[in-house]
Amino acid sequence: MAARDPHGVGAPWGAFHVVGKPNRKVDGLAKATGTAVYADDIALPGMLHAKTLRSPHAHARILSIDASQALALPGVHAVISGRDLPIKYGVIPWTQDENALALDKVRFIGDPVAAVAAIDEDTANAALKLIRVEYERLHAYLDPREALERHDPAIHEGHKTGNISKHVELAFGDVDAELAAAQLVVEGDYSFHGTTHAPIEPHCAVAQVGADGLLTLWSSTQITHYVQRALSRVLELPAQRIRVVQPCLGGAFGGKSDPFSLEFTVSKLAMLTGRPVKMLWTREEVFYAHRGRHPMQMHYKTGVSREGRISAVDAKILIDGGSYSSFGLVTTYYAGQLLTGPYDFKSYRFDSTRVFTNKPPCGPKRGHGSVQPRFAFEVQLDEIAEQLALDPIELRRRNFQGSHVRTVNGQRVTSNGFLQCLDEVSRASRWSERRGKLGRGRGLGVAGSMYISGTNYPVYPNPMPQAGIQIALERSGRCTVFTGGNDIGQGSNSMVAYVVAEELGLALDQVRVVAADTDLCPVDLGAYSSRVTFMVGNAAIDAARKLRAQLVEALALEWKIEPGRVHLAEGRASDSGDPARSISSAEAIQIAEARFDTLGSTGSYNTPQLGGDYRGGTIGASPAYSFTAHVAEVEVDEQTGRIRVERVWIAHDCGRALNPMIVAGQMEGSAYMGVAEALLEHHTLNRFGLHAGPNLLDYRIPTSVDTPELAALIVESLDPEGPYGAKEAGEGPLHPSLPAIANAVFDACGIRLRELPFTPGKVLAALRARKAAAPQEAR
Amino acid sequence: MRVLHLKVNGDDLEVAAPDHWTLLEVLRYRLGLTGSKQGCDKGDCGACTVLLEGKPVLACMTLAGNAQGRAITTIEGLMPAHIARGGSGPDPIQAAFDRCGALQCGFCQPGMILSARALLDRNQAPTRAQIREALSGNLCRCTGYTQIFEAVELAVAESLGVAPAPRAWEAPLAESRAARGES
Repeated sequence: MAARDPHGVGAPWGAFHVVGKPNRKVDGLAKATGTAVYADDIALPGMLHAKTLRSPHAHARILSIDASQALALPGVHAVISGRDLPIKYGVIPWTQDENALALDKVRFIGDPVAAVAAIDEDTANAALKLIRVEYERLHAYLDPREALERHDPAIHEGHKTGNISKHVELAFGDVDAELAAAQLVVEGDYSFHGTTHAPIEPHCAVAQVGADGLLTLWSSTQITHYVQRALSRVLELPAQRIRVVQPCLGGAFGGKSDPFSLEFTVSKLAMLTGRPVKMLWTREEVFYAHRGRHPMQMHYKTGVSREGRISAVDAKILIDGGSYSSFGLVTTYYAGQLLTGPYDFKSYRFDSTRVFTNKPPCGPKRGHGSVQPRFAFEVQLDEIAEQLALDPIELRRRNFQGSHVRTVNGQRVTSNGFLQCLDEVSRASRWSERRGKLGRGRGLGVAGSMYISGTNYPVYPNPMPQAGIQIALERSGRCTVFTGGNDIGQGSNSMVAYVVAEELGLALDQVRVVAADTDLCPVDLGAYSSRVTFMVGNAAIDAARKLRAQLVEALALEWKIEPGRVHLAEGRASDSGDPARSISSAEAIQIAEARFDTLGSTGSYNTPQLGGDYRGGTIGASPAYSFTAHVAEVEVDEQTGRIRVERVWIAHDCGRALNPMIVAGQMEGSAYMGVAEALLEHHTLNRFGLHAGPNLLDYRIPTSVDTPELAALIVESLDPEGPYGAKEAGEGPLHPSLPAIANAVFDACGIRLRELPFTPGKVLAALRARKAAAPQEAR
Repeated sequence: MRVLHLKVNGDDLEVAAPDHWTLLEVLRYRLGLTGSKQGCDKGDCGACTVLLEGKPVLACMTLAGNAQGRAITTIEGLMPAHIARGGSGPDPIQAAFDRCGALQCGFCQPGMILSARALLDRNQAPTRAQIREALSGNLCRCTGYTQIFEAVELAVAESLGVAPAPRAWEAPLAESRAARGES
């Protein structure tokens, strides 16, 4: 489908009335007063509670399952296992390798095996203990390097590349020649350890089947549309007989993007029992469901000129995918494709390989696929600056790619405010006065990054719009907007309300948003890849402008004036040529309704043709890219090895901040999450594949006292195709946190941390190594 | 199963529940007060925080039987109590969270807001360090806490009749918008 006309960057009537201001969110008070309904708040008459039996083995064949004793327990209504849901699914159409319940094999500790529906949770838990499963244990792969070389036993039998989930190798320009000609080549190994999303709301789903066979599923998902498609496939029901609703969602961060086992099992159990069924996962189950950020072992080699101009980047990445494919095909591409900004590379090559291991499956976490390579590369840039005796910010400026350019891998970059981001963090942190001058143990570090605002590649290829909107406008003055977009706390429903209120000149309290209900809303591809503001915002403008045209035409005819004189703003319609002529928007709607019939409109967005002309060239192609720079200030205690991040300055080019308060919240939340991944969080398994601490105490997510002061500095580059110039803000600002901290630690005490997380033990080891290398150093 | 006598948001209630049920289970499953959230069910996250005699406690770690005879305040109780005291609309701390963008996914916020309410009830002008300390038992995964601190500080500033501190993004953004001719 051809690109729609860009909506431009201007306000409809010269000045914004709603957009760009720190308005309240549409759902803030419902959340603040406890009336917002989340999935686990739903209770239906006669509802059963379901629980999942999970594998105690990392890799085993299922020989038999005997549920007869469980079924005999009073209060148990049904028990199902893999045979009841044999059709495989997976979010990427080419790698559908998951079963709702394990069919023949289990592939990680925690893999779902059977599910019970009973009158209450206690009975369901008691029934789980009565299910007898006979396993034949198989060799378990816990080291990705072993999975790279050994393929027997295969984790997925029949997978054509053995235990290799996906391999991508792409080269742009002559990397070898450029490296040979470079005046400085810096090479190093970097590693990312694996982290998880840990939303405070555990996954929950409730299913109900009507007497007419219509299945309704309420689920804590961030992608209703894909869940509906997956249910249709696995349950062999037409999609139009399935309604998926996302209630209020208690955090996701990518961790609720896949279709999950519980959505299929509660649906099947509701179909079998004729009663509503709920499943709420325990916190431990959420850790095993995982889909967190992939561990990566990364080797980078970068060639530069004496002036610090990058001529070649050569990357080799080993990705530990865990037991299933999930979004892994995309991860493997993103690990290479998303590095090619904000800097200009003359040549670039990456070779990334994702392997299966017998661990909880990895997937998309905020900054999908690119946080780990960004860490490696931005630390390597700091090493280059050090060796060339260049200021690290100056090195980044010299390599800035500019706006309206094409990257080395063929991606179209439009607006690019990266230089202003560097200016902002440099000014706010007083970089030039303070870097290198804070005294022993204290330091400043910088890093930059780029991220996508959605991708032109829908998860399943199709020519239909990626985002759709419907608007109903009614004579009371009430406007209801229907969007398939998923508000996961990032504020997308509020964003839609702001856009429609702006375009139709309504007050915010006239606009209601109905979202993420497949029976009520047009299709939207969901909350991932930072696509919502850009795509849903543009669709909302498209729909609202059609309605606005009707309002303007009706009023122009009514008032017998030129349409250009009709002005709609803040709940009123007025004649700009006659200030005395002004009516409420409800009255304006009545005039239009009388003239045109019941008022409503639809709108949509699809991306233009984008991407490089090669296999995989569209993966990572985005209609616009966001840019970020951070400066972190740290204190390193050389006695204990403990790093304290005092403050992070976050400058982010979000195009236009449709609500700067919400944008700042996304920037702060992103930076917080990055700091946590740098210092505290580690999704780690023991030698049997058992999680080291599947709870919110051992998995150390920062409290209010652990979190540094965060200063959000908003840069508005006004993108030519974004809604009023807006781009994403929810994922990009995470990336630089990790390398900025590593680079600040170098400024503080001269050690290079290349392996995450930066635990006191690693800091002390690096300090010892530094001392050993320079024994003459005064202490 | 036993009959419990609970005083919830000012009402004396009788409710039957299994002996081992926690206060959180009784609130959510028997009384339909689902504003108190279950994030971990083991006392790690604070999403279930309620006030017992004005002090924040973890409802998932409190046996319902042990809450008898003590005044229980849940998130649902704040606005009616504010109105009963002659106010209108939500409690000022709830309004401040809303106005500051402190509610992203909102799941941790009932507990967070009750911890903040308890802090302000015992300290009318807490410093940021005291706010950090008082909220350290409530994990938030969305905000990075900054807008939560700003919300508590806004409520404090308004109760003292002073202007709240400006937010980091305000001046630079206003400056750059003015530079390109936008208000």
